[in-house]
Amino acid sequence: MSVLLDISHIDMEFPTPRGNFTALRDVDLKIQQGEFVSLIGHSGCGKSTVLNVVAGLYQATRGGVILNGREVTEPGPERAVVFQNHSLLPWLTAYENVELAVRQVFGKSKSKAEMRAWIEHNLALVHMSHAMHKRPGEISGGMKQRVGIARALAMQPQVLLMDEPFGALDALTRAHMQDSLMEIQAELRNTIIMITHDVDEAVLLSDRIVMMTNGPAATIGEILSVELERPRDRLALADNPQYNQYRAQVLKFLHERHSKPDVPVKKKAAPASAHATPAWTSGHTAKAVGDAA
Amino acid sequence: MNTTAAQLSNFFKVRIPQLDSRVVVTVLRQLALPLLGMLAFLFLWSATAQNIDTSLGKFPGPSAVIEQFDALYSEHQRSREKERAFYQRQQERNAERVAADPAYQPKIRAYTGKETFIDQISTSLVTVMCGFLLAVVIAVPLGIAIGLSKSLNSAINPIVQIFKPVSPLAWLPLVTMVVSALYTSPEPLIAKSFLNSLITVTLCCLWPMVINTAVGVAGIDQDLVNVSKVLRLSALRHVRRIVLPASVPMIFTGMRLSLGVAWMVLIAAEMLAQNPGLGKFVWDEFQNGSSDSLARIMAAVLVIGFIGFLLDRGMLMLQRLVSWDKAVS
Ligand SMILES: Nc1ncnc2c1ncn2[C@@H]1O[C@H](COP(=O)(O)OP(=O)(O)O)[C@@H](O)[C@H]1O
Ligand SMILES: [Mg+2]
Repeated sequence: MSVLLDISHIDMEFPTPRGNFTALRDVDLKIQQGEFVSLIGHSGCGKSTVLNVVAGLYQATRGGVILNGREVTEPGPERAVVFQNHSLLPWLTAYENVELAVRQVFGKSKSKAEMRAWIEHNLALVHMSHAMHKRPGEISGGMKQRVGIARALAMQPQVLLMDEPFGALDALTRAHMQDSLMEIQAELRNTIIMITHDVDEAVLLSDRIVMMTNGPAATIGEILSVELERPRDRLALADNPQYNQYRAQVLKFLHERHSKPDVPVKKKAAPASAHATPAWTSGHTAKAVGDAA
Repeated sequence: MNTTAAQLSNFFKVRIPQLDSRVVVTVLRQLALPLLGMLAFLFLWSATAQNIDTSLGKFPGPSAVIEQFDALYSEHQRSREKERAFYQRQQERNAERVAADPAYQPKIRAYTGKETFIDQISTSLVTVMCGFLLAVVIAVPLGIAIGLSKSLNSAINPIVQIFKPVSPLAWLPLVTMVVSALYTSPEPLIAKSFLNSLITVTLCCLWPMVINTAVGVAGIDQDLVNVSKVLRLSALRHVRRIVLPASVPMIFTGMRLSLGVAWMVLIAAEMLAQNPGLGKFVWDEFQNGSSDSLARIMAAVLVIGFIGFLLDRGMLMLQRLVSWDKAVS
């Protein structure tokens, strides 16, 4: 398979009142056509920043993103984004939200009837046909996220970018959404980058899991190839030793990264706080693991 | 409250279905209590009025005011009758003349009676609506532009902040002079006094709308802006499909504030400039100084308040109709 998306040695610095803040340093990743890649890492490490650079919403300070041989300089519908908080327009119905995107992307190439059919097809894909004329305020969080996904899919993007798409959902809804996403993925073979902080979700859905080190100056720590056969069944996988091995590997990475922050400078500068930091972080790590389980 | 409802149902010996305890509470709160408040106010008013002696006699109590309402209304009817008779006489005369001389071009002269209270009310209403609409047409686009552009905001904000607190009475002389200087058509289609009131109203009620619109536009959820960017919406579509609907709630908040300001400003401007309207009515009565004057002014005060209230309710209903954000109070 060929490389579709090349995230090439990107650095990202944000100007702040106290000088520049380096969020990312030398993040380098090549993604193949049809691949499902998860980004996992601790909160605040820079996952969203990577995604926003790929989306074109941020400009990398150094390096760049190349999609299909062309450098990405601005946002565009060929890199559709599913945002964490659905970000549907609250004054439009589910149908109209998808319509806005479809009209923008296919307004010239599809007829009115074709667009209508395409909108309805995408809403059916995420099981939202029954509520497509409801507004975001009238449907549940999971349903909103489904519509957000339908909107993104309807743009027929070359890469689908998802920023913690299920992070705000309860566990049961999240499981449903993951199954739906796997179904859709089996059918469409989209190229997807998904941010998550849920280890099970990452292992279940991904072809590769990209683990990021802690910021500032975060970068890619390890990449894990998940070679579980598809279609994957969450119940069958629970007893699968290989699955559990993958899980353990990701957990170990996250745990190690958090207990030993890569900022030795601080330890020297403030020895008093050196004791306090591990105590706080280990407590936090235990909680994160509990969340993931 | 449940026990109250039960007691009530016992007392009246009627079977009230279960839900009705809540209905009773609602009726009590929404009807009985406001009514009680009103009665208390009327009582206090008439009690106090008795003890205030002015140079024009006792301060009018509620009954004197009601009497004047009645008088004002019959005055209006009489005036309308006169007007009708006036036009009828003209028509008859013209018909006679045409009959006598078929080449005669009939002329109709307009009736020029004194405006009645009701006429003044409608003049004020038309003026306030025109001034307000003009302000909307200016303020909403301006607010959107300021909200979208940080540099424009920095440039215009000081001007807005300075003009916002200016009283209408300060604008009025300037507006009057400028209108007289610039609006010099020999046969004016629109009366100068109307223009003066209108422009003064516009100048005063512009600012709350500009500010609220700008705040609403600047505060749009960044996610929605990002959606627009990912979709590559053109600037115009971005404004029409994202910015405008997203800031509708704030625009309406500004419009409600503005309409309230507009109504207050208009009455003051009419009083000061003697422009036709309710303000002039009040001023004329004050100058007139008859024994009924105070009661008539009080009647005007009540009408002004009531119209202000209706305007606000009207805006609220419009807001509920138009806005996607149903959480408006
Ligand atoms: N626009 C911005 N300006 C300044 N700092 C930012 C900006 N966006 C993100 N950051 C910083 O970059 C780091 C990474 O943020 P983010 O990518 O949102 O983390 P994550 O998504 O992994 O939780 C954080 O320390 C955050 O404070
Ligand atoms: Mg994030």
